[in-house]
Amino acid sequence: MKNIKFLILGIFFAIVLSKTQAISWYRFYEMFTFQSFHMFGIIGGAVVISAVFMQLFKSGKIKDIHGNKIIPKPKKKGFIRTLLGGTFFGLGWGISGACAAPIFVILGFKLIPALILLVGALLGAFLYGLLSKKLPN
Amino acid sequence: MDYILQPWPWYIGGPLIAISLLLYFYFGKNFGASTNFETLCTMAGAGKVADYFKKDWKDRDFALLFVVGLIIGGFISSYYLIPNQAIDLNPNTIKELSNLGFSNVGNQYFPDEIFGEDMVFSIKGFLILLVSGVLIGFGTRYAGGCTSGHAITGLSSLQLPSLLAVIGFFIGGIIATWFIIPLLF
Repeated sequence: MKNIKFLILGIFFAIVLSKTQAISWYRFYEMFTFQSFHMFGIIGGAVVISAVFMQLFKSGKIKDIHGNKIIPKPKKKGFIRTLLGGTFFGLGWGISGACAAPIFVILGFKLIPALILLVGALLGAFLYGLLSKKLPN
Repeated sequence: MDYILQPWPWYIGGPLIAISLLLYFYFGKNFGASTNFETLCTMAGAGKVADYFKKDWKDRDFALLFVVGLIIGGFISSYYLIPNQAIDLNPNTIKELSNLGFSNVGNQYFPDEIFGEDMVFSIKGFLILLVSGVLIGFGTRYAGGCTSGHAITGLSSLQLPSLLAVIGFFIGGIIATWFIIPLLF
């Protein structure tokens, strides 16, 4: 099982999010109402340090496990899709206090509510797949 | 052991998330979480209905294992690593939410007003969670990423679409917390 390392990384990531309260509904409420620095500190810190890693990837100082250069996939372009899609996601995130990875983590805390969120997210992704060709980019 | 059981401060969280991203890329894959919603749709047979889902989900076995890890990690954290879920909230937040009728604000990670059993098994509570989920699933796929993929991976690699997406996240999140939450409660 060469991919078992991703399982261990998932456990680690879930513990980090749980212990830093980055899965708590209240922490995201505070973030979106700008009443606390906590989540800005976490996400901002992660972005700044990751940006250093990205430079090391780019210069080739850090290569992947197979010795290949690490190149993050370019994100799909499109003004409407990113802004509008982002806004839809933000609405769901703001109401439920859950974003993508935390939904899976919250299963361990609040099983039934997290299952409902997950079923909703799968329905939403399915809806996107059905409509993807008809939506503006 | 004490350090592990205490809440971890924000300045520990940022670096540990960045290290997770580093390892994910070091293992040869692109860091993100929301593509898994698509993969799970494919596994459930969505390819029969929409071509969009006609993909080989086995190519994403690494990501599915990451998801299984997230679930296991959630259970470990909840049962063994967080003896006290109380959160040190801004007094304004506590006052605002108490005025909306939230009880025991900040005593645990998840408010009973949204995650409590009474709510979950009511039509209103069920729909709040389900519709939020739909918005999360639809929005992340339309935007092409979530907090991990856009806010962290995309911003740190200086990608313009991610900046737009994050602006969208905040437009949505502000509408939700400033206007929709007060309407719902």
